[in-house]
Amino acid sequence: MIRPALPRWLLVPAGVAALFLAVPLVAMFGRVSWARLPALLVTPEALDALWLSLRTCTASTVLCLALGLPLAMVLARTRGRWATVGRVLAALPMVLPPVVAGLALLVALGRRAWLGRQLSILGVDLAFTTAAVIVAQTFVSMPFLVVSVEGALRSAQDDLDIVAATLGASPTTVLRRITLPLAAPAIASGAALSFARALGEFGATLTFAGSLQGTTRTLPLEIYLARESDTDVAIALSVILLVLATALVAATAVFGRIRGAAR
Amino acid sequence: MIRTLVAVAALSLLAACAPASATTAPQSTALVVYAAASLTDTYTALGKSFEASHPGVTVKFSFEGSSTLLDQLEQGAPADVFASADRPTMDKASAAHLISGTPSLFATNTLTLIVPAGNPARITGLDASLNGTKLVVCADGVPCGTATTKLAALLGVTLKPVSQETKVTDVRAKVETGQADAGVVYTTDAKASGSKVETIPITNADLVKNDYLVGVVSGSAHSDLATQFVASVTSAKGQKILSDAGFGLP
Repeated sequence: MIRPALPRWLLVPAGVAALFLAVPLVAMFGRVSWARLPALLVTPEALDALWLSLRTCTASTVLCLALGLPLAMVLARTRGRWATVGRVLAALPMVLPPVVAGLALLVALGRRAWLGRQLSILGVDLAFTTAAVIVAQTFVSMPFLVVSVEGALRSAQDDLDIVAATLGASPTTVLRRITLPLAAPAIASGAALSFARALGEFGATLTFAGSLQGTTRTLPLEIYLARESDTDVAIALSVILLVLATALVAATAVFGRIRGAAR
Repeated sequence: MIRTLVAVAALSLLAACAPASATTAPQSTALVVYAAASLTDTYTALGKSFEASHPGVTVKFSFEGSSTLLDQLEQGAPADVFASADRPTMDKASAAHLISGTPSLFATNTLTLIVPAGNPARITGLDASLNGTKLVVCADGVPCGTATTKLAALLGVTLKPVSQETKVTDVRAKVETGQADAGVVYTTDAKASGSKVETIPITNADLVKNDYLVGVVSGSAHSDLATQFVASVTSAKGQKILSDAGFGLP
């Protein structure tokens, strides 16, 4: 069966949409002062921010996998009202304005909050630490992993897990040998999306963790600060962020194609 | 169906583009004032009193960081008046021929130390009592941060902040919520925080003063009104509003 061709007029709004998304990003490359670029990027401030971003995003992505993956698997298997409630809660931080996410974390885990006080009795003081950055990033990026993995698990049509269980495999063996390998492309693309979201995290970090070079000032915070004094530095750092984000989104597209081919 | 949608879209576009004056019967002039974020409360009050004495005039404000406003003016933003929270920003605006005439100095601001109500970390001033506490300041590069660095150097104190914020209001928020033990902010911010914070004056804080300047934007369509607004800021009534909010007068 051949799918009918799209109406030709559709190309006009589609073209406008593509330009609308591409022009601002390309324009930024036009504003970069290429001659000064190496000098702008090897400052201690920029390198500290980049290194801190990479470290915290790696940590938050690991946390997303360790906690978000089990949540996605449970949600994919749950039916009824509680499943809906769980799904809404799991997706909510994705659409919250970052400042609201930061305030929510402050109210829950701040030094004056009940949970924050219990933590400090245990000797854990999150305020103004790198750990607070990781908490903020995990909070806003975990939904991306949960939503994408849950969707993939739910739409999986094959009954390999049932077959394996019938053949005597324990639930853990089914999970390890069948469910996880089949969901691997979705997990990989979800993890890449989470990493990308954590990399761009700004508002929650600023509100909850603060901003100190090498400790809490990640790449987006450094860009925001640089903009106040030197636009060239801000644009140079933005280009780095853009390149990293492109690589991550491209990775999710590649994993998506692997998933399509596996079907 | 598609035709209806297109028609609706076209109509709403037209409606959005139509000048607002077409719908409001009495002729009114809008004066657009771009002012530094720290002027939000005082300029809103000044605008109210200006509207009262100039019937038919509405004053519209855009409150942002001074450097953000300067960026917008450079891009051709349609402002009539520009008020900056420091001299370097106003100097840049003048150098770029964005201001007509000489801007007027209308207020000054000094730094102070604030702590959460009850002073949980028992801080006594910009001294050894800050050791090991969570001190938050503005980052170097933004006006309040530059002032903090300069003052600390003049007083011979080394500050070890746990966070350097981009906006003075972020420093305030962190002290108000008790997340930080102390913060260095402008006197006007300390006053605006009210009973949520306690103010600990810094000895010799007036060694470093931030100058607030206001000027008429070149090419303003209402330059006469804009000049009158600038005059109202430096008038006795305007100066009273500013000093009540904690600003120093020039």
